Amino acid sequence: MVYIIVKNTDNKVHTLEATKGSTIMEIIRDAGLDIEAACGGCCACATCHVYVDSEWIDKIKSIDDDEESMLDQAFGVEKSSRLSCQIEFEDSLDGLKLIIAKN
Amino acid sequence: MNQKTDVIIIGAGPVGLFAVFELGLLSLKCHLIDNLDKIGGQCAELYPEKPIYDIPARHSITGQELTDELMKQAKPFDPTFHLNQQAEKIEKISDGWKLTTSSNQIIQAKCIVIAAGAGSFVPRKPPIENIDQYENKSVLYAIRNKSLLTGKKIIIAGGGDSALDWTNDLAATSEVTLIHRRKEFRAAPDSVAKMLELEKQGKIKFEIGQIHSLTDENGILSGVNIKNDSEIKLLKTDFLLPFFGLKMELGPVANWGLNLYENLIEVDTEKFETSIPSIFAIGDINFYPGKLKLILSGFHEAALMAQKCFNYCHPEKKNVFKYTTSSKDLHKKLGV
Repeated sequence: MVYIIVKNTDNKVHTLEATKGSTIMEIIRDAGLDIEAACGGCCACATCHVYVDSEWIDKIKSIDDDEESMLDQAFGVEKSSRLSCQIEFEDSLDGLKLIIAKN
Repeated sequence: MNQKTDVIIIGAGPVGLFAVFELGLLSLKCHLIDNLDKIGGQCAELYPEKPIYDIPARHSITGQELTDELMKQAKPFDPTFHLNQQAEKIEKISDGWKLTTSSNQIIQAKCIVIAAGAGSFVPRKPPIENIDQYENKSVLYAIRNKSLLTGKKIIIAGGGDSALDWTNDLAATSEVTLIHRRKEFRAAPDSVAKMLELEKQGKIKFEIGQIHSLTDENGILSGVNIKNDSEIKLLKTDFLLPFFGLKMELGPVANWGLNLYENLIEVDTEKFETSIPSIFAIGDINFYPGKLKLILSGFHEAALMAQKCFNYCHPEKKNVFKYTTSSKDLHKKLGV
């Protein structure tokens, strides 16, 4: 089995079973953690904002203009900021660590 | 003066608009309330240009096209819209409900249909400690009275159309500093060009950074610390105007005493009625076992809800089910 490790907004760390083909947002949402994902995953809001652990940031598909532009509506944007609906899980991301940003 | 109708629909998104059609076929008149300034809900606000692929019989349709088509379909029934306001409170009266909106409009109806999607759109607020104590005084999410800002120092935060439009608009009358996290902007290229020109002429200031914290003098906002990489810089200001788009929240509906399931409204699957008789919930806002948040599910729910509304509005009449293909009566209502 493959997993991602997610720190929730209350700072509790959860290990979530991941499925290839799901987005990181879907995995977090379906586990019931504090992610709003208002637009449902079409990169039309910034409410699935996460910080990717520095060890992992170069291992995921790089950010495109659409996502970068949508991050303008997020708060506390850092170099490690991503919208989790735009990251599709694949087996190479087994163990991916991230933190859900506060909205 | 109180306005009277058969059904009040809360939410003018796709499901609310289709409810106008289904209720209209049964000769029931509707008033719709929406907190946005336009019709279409999430489809028009969040993804007007994005194609939707799971609307029956439409291979592909954008959020805006769907809204326009639903409006065309609802047009023969002449619905009344109350935009830019929230449904605030309801009161049971002898023959139905009395609803008051946030703009103090009072509407009476036999039934209420909540078709509010993920809730009503409200401004997104920066997650900064104590910001609420300045809200609507020196932290403004919308500008209702421009003269309040004349001659003042203001900081506008954000990179979208609202941030840029207000920067350009207020440049002549206020001391404006725009802050944004990067050099690129989401806003329309024309507004960005205008802002850069104003900056060149020294009529506004632009700083790269994000809101970090607020400073205070005797309980009054005095400045904003902005953060760029690891550097923090204090900008003095009288007002802060954050423009980070909108978010959705259930709002006043949460206090109406309806049975809720995790911020969703519980309904039955026969008529999509809530725990309070003659109040219905359809579309993304409702919950029942097996619920799927799809626009097409909301359409189905609207059709079944309408049958029960008919009973509430005309308890003495029998509702004879008719098809739009064959019924002359329905053709007359549709004007075809």
